[in-house]
Amino acid sequence: MKESLGVYDYWAYDQRPKITWPGGAKVAFWVAPNIEYYEIDPPQNPSRKPWPHPHPSVPGYSIRDYGNRVGHQRQMALLDKYGIRGSVSLSTALCEHHPEIIQMCKERDWEFFSHGIYNTRYTYGLSEDQERAMIRDSMETIHRHTGQACAGYLAPALSHSERTLDLFAEVGEELFGEQGGVYTCDLFHDDQPTPVSVRSGKRFISMPYSLEMNDTIVYAVNKVEPRQYATMLKRHFDRLYLEGAETGTVMCIPTHNYQVSCPHRIKAFEEALEYITGHPDVWVATGREIADYYLAHYYDAALDSIAAQAATAGKQG
Amino acid sequence: MALNDDYLDYPYRRHGYDHERYAWSMLSERPPVTWPEGKTLAVWINVSLQFYPLNQRGVPFKVPNGMTMPYPDLRHFSLRDYGNRVGIYRVLKALAAHDITPTFAINAQLAEQTPYLVQRLKEHGGEFIAHGWNMDHLHYGGQPIEEEAELVQRSVDTLRRVTGQPVRGWLSPAKHQSFNTLDLLADNGIEYCADWVNDDMPYACNTNTGKLIMMPLATEIEDQFVMSQNLHSEDSWVTQVKDAFDFLLEESREQGGRLFALSLHPWLVGQPHRIACLEEVLSHISGHADVWQAPAGEILDAFHQAAEQA
Repeated sequence: MKESLGVYDYWAYDQRPKITWPGGAKVAFWVAPNIEYYEIDPPQNPSRKPWPHPHPSVPGYSIRDYGNRVGHQRQMALLDKYGIRGSVSLSTALCEHHPEIIQMCKERDWEFFSHGIYNTRYTYGLSEDQERAMIRDSMETIHRHTGQACAGYLAPALSHSERTLDLFAEVGEELFGEQGGVYTCDLFHDDQPTPVSVRSGKRFISMPYSLEMNDTIVYAVNKVEPRQYATMLKRHFDRLYLEGAETGTVMCIPTHNYQVSCPHRIKAFEEALEYITGHPDVWVATGREIADYYLAHYYDAALDSIAAQAATAGKQG
Repeated sequence: MALNDDYLDYPYRRHGYDHERYAWSMLSERPPVTWPEGKTLAVWINVSLQFYPLNQRGVPFKVPNGMTMPYPDLRHFSLRDYGNRVGIYRVLKALAAHDITPTFAINAQLAEQTPYLVQRLKEHGGEFIAHGWNMDHLHYGGQPIEEEAELVQRSVDTLRRVTGQPVRGWLSPAKHQSFNTLDLLADNGIEYCADWVNDDMPYACNTNTGKLIMMPLATEIEDQFVMSQNLHSEDSWVTQVKDAFDFLLEESREQGGRLFALSLHPWLVGQPHRIACLEEVLSHISGHADVWQAPAGEILDAFHQAAEQA
């Protein structure tokens, strides 16, 4: 076990090169609906119980099923209304279980990125070969069902190994070259994309995917009241928009159709979307679009800036 | 040591579900349903009447809102008892003032122990559904089937005997089930169950002895989930219930019939500082031209009728 994973360098938020998003936008805004499948009777993993109670854990299983049976279409209608294309964090077995949902996303030209096979199968305890096989399966499944070269990764149920980022970048390169495996959503250290070093040397970045704004964290972990969530989202946006005048920021709302699309919560979510998309200098994009733009325009400058900051600090020290 | 390779086997990765209980279907894609008299939103108010034993065993887990202190936890025992002695009468008054016919989900042991309460509920009018034996007799995976079969039968038989009603519906304590629960319910003549919260309309489940209908009863706008588990304010609960109602009413006008189901606990919402919040909620959901309020069994009958006409 390592003291730190060491895949990114310290890079102070002040005095970074200025980012300007397309159209002069200050904030790149993306919404990441998680479309997940939790198994009713998954195998045990010694490191983590998939359900808190003996299976079938009806309360947990059935509310997640609500997301797929009911919630997804509601959120889709809302994102359509505000001109937002979702970037789907996908339990890729859902391509087999509920292809009708995948079809509806495809019709809207949404992005799909990998969130593992099931949200009840963890990375913990997998050998390197096993984890590579799981990641490859997930990316091939997305490609088979959507034709997309999977660009992003969020480990299933945020379960990681020391090699997760390396493996994702490598499998992406093997399958799709430069198009596949370019960003991770597993790091929460920044409000801008940042370079992440993987062992293959691939140009690879971290994409801001806020856990603080994640509806499941907000509702299920932090027990926030729905209207307060709308207030949090607006405040989060306001500050990123303000700072975005200096250098472009990224705002992500990660959602779950069994949380944000419930009848008692969807109004609060709509209020926030209306507010955010009502601002002029917002680039409403997908994860891949932001990643591609950043890699093309700012990745190299970022590496230089990180090196320069380190050198300056070295001289002062 | 790495996990066995079979951790990467997915035997149920296929179209539909990883079980056979019910068919996969998206609500938005189903044919629209209309409730009686052309109404679009059916409203089901459930009132749960519960007995939390003092000598709680907590098998296989401690039920939410049960005892937490060393035995004898009189503090939580008597607070729950408050609901059946005092809170329910405030709730009944509020329901009557808004002309609401509720469904009473009652633990069979409580029904047997409190004939006065049962009599009073019958006089108010409403449908009784079985709510298991008590709040410390849970249904769970791994439970011996003989034990669970006896529990279901004892609960249903007792409630039928003391209420004189057919008792067609079931709500498990803590909404927890084993893989056998639905079969056992059907064996005992139960027609519908309120445990699964995966829809905003009724749908059919398979059992060993035919179909059983799931009548979704939202957990996440329950008074106990919002105020006792999430610790949200009373005012926030009112807002959440109103938002849910408004949204479903609007969706029912656009897409076809929907079910708004609200579950209440007299030990919680029957407190003096909360009862006005319930009254505010009931005022908000009453008196709409498109709304049809009925007990769950009647809503189920109307659902069957609508399906036949479709």
